[in-house]
Amino acid sequence: MDPVELAARASYGRLLSILAVRTHDLAGAEDALAEAFLAAVTQWRIDGVPRNPEAWLLTAARRKLVDTARRRRTRDEKHVLLQVNVDEAEDADFFGDERLRLLFVCAHPAIDAAVRTPLMLQTVLGLDAARIASALRVAPKTMGQRLWRAKTKIRDARIPFDVPAEELPERSFAVLEAIYAAYGSGWEDIAGAGAASRGLTEEAIWLARLTVRLLPEEPEARGLLALMLYAEARANARRGEDGAYIPLSEQDPSRWDPHRIAEAEALLLKAARMGRVGPLQLEAAIQSAHLDARRSGSSADRAVSLLYEALVQMAPTLGVRVAHAVALSKTDGPTRGLSLLDAIEPSASHDYQPYWSARAHLLERLGRRDDARDAYDRAIGLAEEDGIRRWLLAKKRALGETADASGRARDGV
Amino acid sequence: MRYALLVYETEACVKARHDPEYQAAYNAYIKAIYGSGVAFAGSGLQDAATTTTTYRLVGGERHIQDGPFADTKEQLAGFFLIDVPDLDKALEWAARCPSTERGGIVEVRPALEQPK
Repeated sequence: MDPVELAARASYGRLLSILAVRTHDLAGAEDALAEAFLAAVTQWRIDGVPRNPEAWLLTAARRKLVDTARRRRTRDEKHVLLQVNVDEAEDADFFGDERLRLLFVCAHPAIDAAVRTPLMLQTVLGLDAARIASALRVAPKTMGQRLWRAKTKIRDARIPFDVPAEELPERSFAVLEAIYAAYGSGWEDIAGAGAASRGLTEEAIWLARLTVRLLPEEPEARGLLALMLYAEARANARRGEDGAYIPLSEQDPSRWDPHRIAEAEALLLKAARMGRVGPLQLEAAIQSAHLDARRSGSSADRAVSLLYEALVQMAPTLGVRVAHAVALSKTDGPTRGLSLLDAIEPSASHDYQPYWSARAHLLERLGRRDDARDAYDRAIGLAEEDGIRRWLLAKKRALGETADASGRARDGV
Repeated sequence: MRYALLVYETEACVKARHDPEYQAAYNAYIKAIYGSGVAFAGSGLQDAATTTTTYRLVGGERHIQDGPFADTKEQLAGFFLIDVPDLDKALEWAARCPSTERGGIVEVRPALEQPK
């Protein structure tokens, strides 16, 4: 995103949050704001850019809201007029930031978890539904319907924009989870990430930065930002010249971005000092341990295995369980890792690429070449990125065409 | 819910069928889509330009001609019939199809409900 686009996005979310928080009508606020932007294009060309463009846009959007309410003669008309008049009376040069409340409403438990991420991207960042749909691999029509349903529910059920203090940690986590989903599984080394799934990484980092600012007392917000920055720091090193995937163990640390790593370290340190450990801080700590070990030439196996042990207790998601199995296989041997993979229900693992990659890798280490080849095939077939696909194909080729090498099986460590 | 994944390929894409890397990727995809219990039928198709024969009745008169019905840059190159919970899942499988890396297109079409 270029600076102008970023500034526009920052304004968009701020203005929309202020408009919607009073009326609960996200769709109405979006329409009003869009009209205000449109009016600005012509008006500013004639009169020049106003001294406070945001205040100008806000006033224009509020008038549109009033117009619409009058036209529709809704039962809410008085309510809207009253609110808008109250708002107009406020000092137009100074208005607050309601984006935190907007984030909370997007992640409300009554809103389907699948629509929380798109809702945030659209309302806080102003991304259009078609772009969100492609990035999240959902049909545009489906995405449009989901967003519309969610907004209607927020308005009609009057889902509160405020969060009771006792619900704050839980709701904060839902917000962070939705931002993490926008980032995707790009950080996951075993899954890697190519062009197609990297579409929203910048937006996700932007949202995470915003959340750190809006929730300064929440260590998990810093944990999430740190986690993303660690992953971003390695983005260039993760791909070869030809686009082929390069796993962490083979990356050239000189191609990592030291600034991002330094920022991530500082965030994680500050989060740790708050004394409330959470899954996102643990995931960031795992990244930190990996990078440390690679740079110093030591082994992170023990540390990573212990961190996953803790993480799997707190957040046993499918991705974490698979990564835990791989981590444990490095300290306790592939048989132990494989038993953890075996414990995952087939209904969850059947179409999860990292599971089959991990399984293939562990079977290979056990010398079960035929089984490993089968698992590699499943992983290759499930790959969405050509870089990953080629990397897995090469791993399978390296196994050779020979049958199981009984007696010649490696010791498995 | 049943869907058809219709794979359209360009000439270049069809030619790549002889590339061992592409073949290996496709074999793995077929293995994964059937191995996951998602696909229940499907097949690759021979080159549309040279092997297709079209049959139709025009005003009651039988017309048989060489070549495909619609002459387009992309040709139908294969299909899978899959059974998945929803369109999101169907799109997930479409995204995994190796043809897309070679300029191919995957069309996702919901099947008509089967009569009970």
